[in-house]
Amino acid sequence: MIDVQQVSRYFGDVAAVNDISFKVEKGEIVGFLGPNAAGKTTAMRILTTYLPATSGTATVAGYDVHEQSMQVRKRIGYLPENPPLYQDMRVRDYLEFVAKIKGVAPADRKKAVDEAMDKVAISNVSDRVIKYLSKGYKQRVGLAQALVHNPEVLILDEPTVGLDPNQIIEVRQLIKSLAGNHTIILSTHILPEVSMTCERVVIINKGVIVATDTTEGLTKKHAGATRLTVSVEAPLQAVVDKISAIRGVNKVEKTSGNHTTVFVESDKEVEIRPEVARVVIANDWPLYEIKAEDVSLEDVFLHLTTQEEGQAV
Amino acid sequence: MRNFLAIYQREVKSYFSSPIAYVVIGLFILLAGIFFYLIVSNFVQMCLRVDMMAQQYRMAPQKMNVNLMAIRPIMHNLSLFALFFLPLVTMRLYSDEKRTGTIELLMTSPVTNLQAILGKFSAAGTLFLVMLGGTFLYIIFLFLYGNPEVGPIFTGYLGLFLLGLCYIAFGVFFSTLTDNQIIAAVSTFVFILFFWAIGWVSGFVSPGLGETLSSFSLIDHFDDFAKGVLDTKHIVYYISFIFMGLFLSFVSIESTRWRGR
Repeated sequence: MIDVQQVSRYFGDVAAVNDISFKVEKGEIVGFLGPNAAGKTTAMRILTTYLPATSGTATVAGYDVHEQSMQVRKRIGYLPENPPLYQDMRVRDYLEFVAKIKGVAPADRKKAVDEAMDKVAISNVSDRVIKYLSKGYKQRVGLAQALVHNPEVLILDEPTVGLDPNQIIEVRQLIKSLAGNHTIILSTHILPEVSMTCERVVIINKGVIVATDTTEGLTKKHAGATRLTVSVEAPLQAVVDKISAIRGVNKVEKTSGNHTTVFVESDKEVEIRPEVARVVIANDWPLYEIKAEDVSLEDVFLHLTTQEEGQAV
Repeated sequence: MRNFLAIYQREVKSYFSSPIAYVVIGLFILLAGIFFYLIVSNFVQMCLRVDMMAQQYRMAPQKMNVNLMAIRPIMHNLSLFALFFLPLVTMRLYSDEKRTGTIELLMTSPVTNLQAILGKFSAAGTLFLVMLGGTFLYIIFLFLYGNPEVGPIFTGYLGLFLLGLCYIAFGVFFSTLTDNQIIAAVSTFVFILFFWAIGWVSGFVSPGLGETLSSFSLIDHFDDFAKGVLDTKHIVYYISFIFMGLFLSFVSIESTRWRGR
């Protein structure tokens, strides 16, 4: 449905996105994840035809975003970071205007607007002037605007920003319910959002895609190491020495705790728990805890997006 | 066409659902009214004086021309007031879209830039038409108490309308350049004033250069319209001026995409 091939976009000498390629299949929800200023918005603006790419090609629903931009525009719904609302208009008038310029036939317009308002639960404010609405409602009007012409592709730039926790949950559920009929790309820098709503993640940092995978696949693949917390009663140095000696262990680190507690990092293919247990028993240390930690998406994200700085230092 | 109408209707509605239209139209008509009163009362006084002089010297009273001595100055006044008011009408057309981000909606919808520009241009033109329509009420009074010729009034209003569209076309252009409405309004004003005043220096320079400068001047072309002369060269000048403004707006909007701002 969406096919991006080696797209770059420069602002002066600075590459906002640099040689990115990815594909999105029909009906998928894909999360664009990255820290601020990573190039998420620029990538989305290229897909929505708002900005042309400096090089590379991108197609949406089979149409080139540059050559056939009008065809693409008919098929996308776009919610920019700041919802594009005409503050002086009433909600219904605004949505009718959007339906009109998006090419919804006059006979279907009223129905389309009503449906969009139903979906995001704003029917109760349909006659209010937009500037008097709360931030949450404005965000939802923005979402309704993206949905009103029932587009094949939805591109949402940080759709849950500025909403309260309940509204965030509602919007996430809404987005999930839209999948299947629509292909969705959403950007965010909030990690749980991605693991909750998206099937696939594209992690982007400094204009470059650093990883593309399913959320589970990503945590598995990039875990890199299994981490173990071991808490015993014994002299620290002895514990460190003995555990370090185990095959496959890469790092042993002291952490805080009532007892002698260490972090053990090992290669992910090697299961070291039995070996650690054996060492503890052999030395007759009283054992309080031995726990394996799952690597969260957050760790992956930090790992992937801070790597470069780490290397530079 | 549908897209053009959608943009046009939205802009007109937005003018009339905010105080802008009422303030601009109201004050324009008020200002025009004050100057109409001054000019016409001055004209009436002059007529009385001429009558008295005629009685004194026992000769036939000189015929005073209301078109020449009242309507023509009124037209010139209106062309100046339009210069003050129209930049305020056009300043928000694109600046506001840029400031609030609605430009992203506009430019990711299946609406061409040309449709959007023409829609906005026509909306401002409509507002100006209403402003001019208001001042026409005053002219009706002249018909009630005198017998002005219709022709020069018609050409005068036609000239005013074309002149106003020139202001608006460049107002749209300056509005595409910035997200700040004040900057848009002031640059439009100064730019138009420059093309207005360019004819003033024609008296001080060599005749050839003077004529060239005068032919660039917005207001020198208006003179014939106010007199009641309909000359294609003036119409062509105004139409090209409007075309230039719209063309520059178009180029500016297209290049915004490449610059990304």
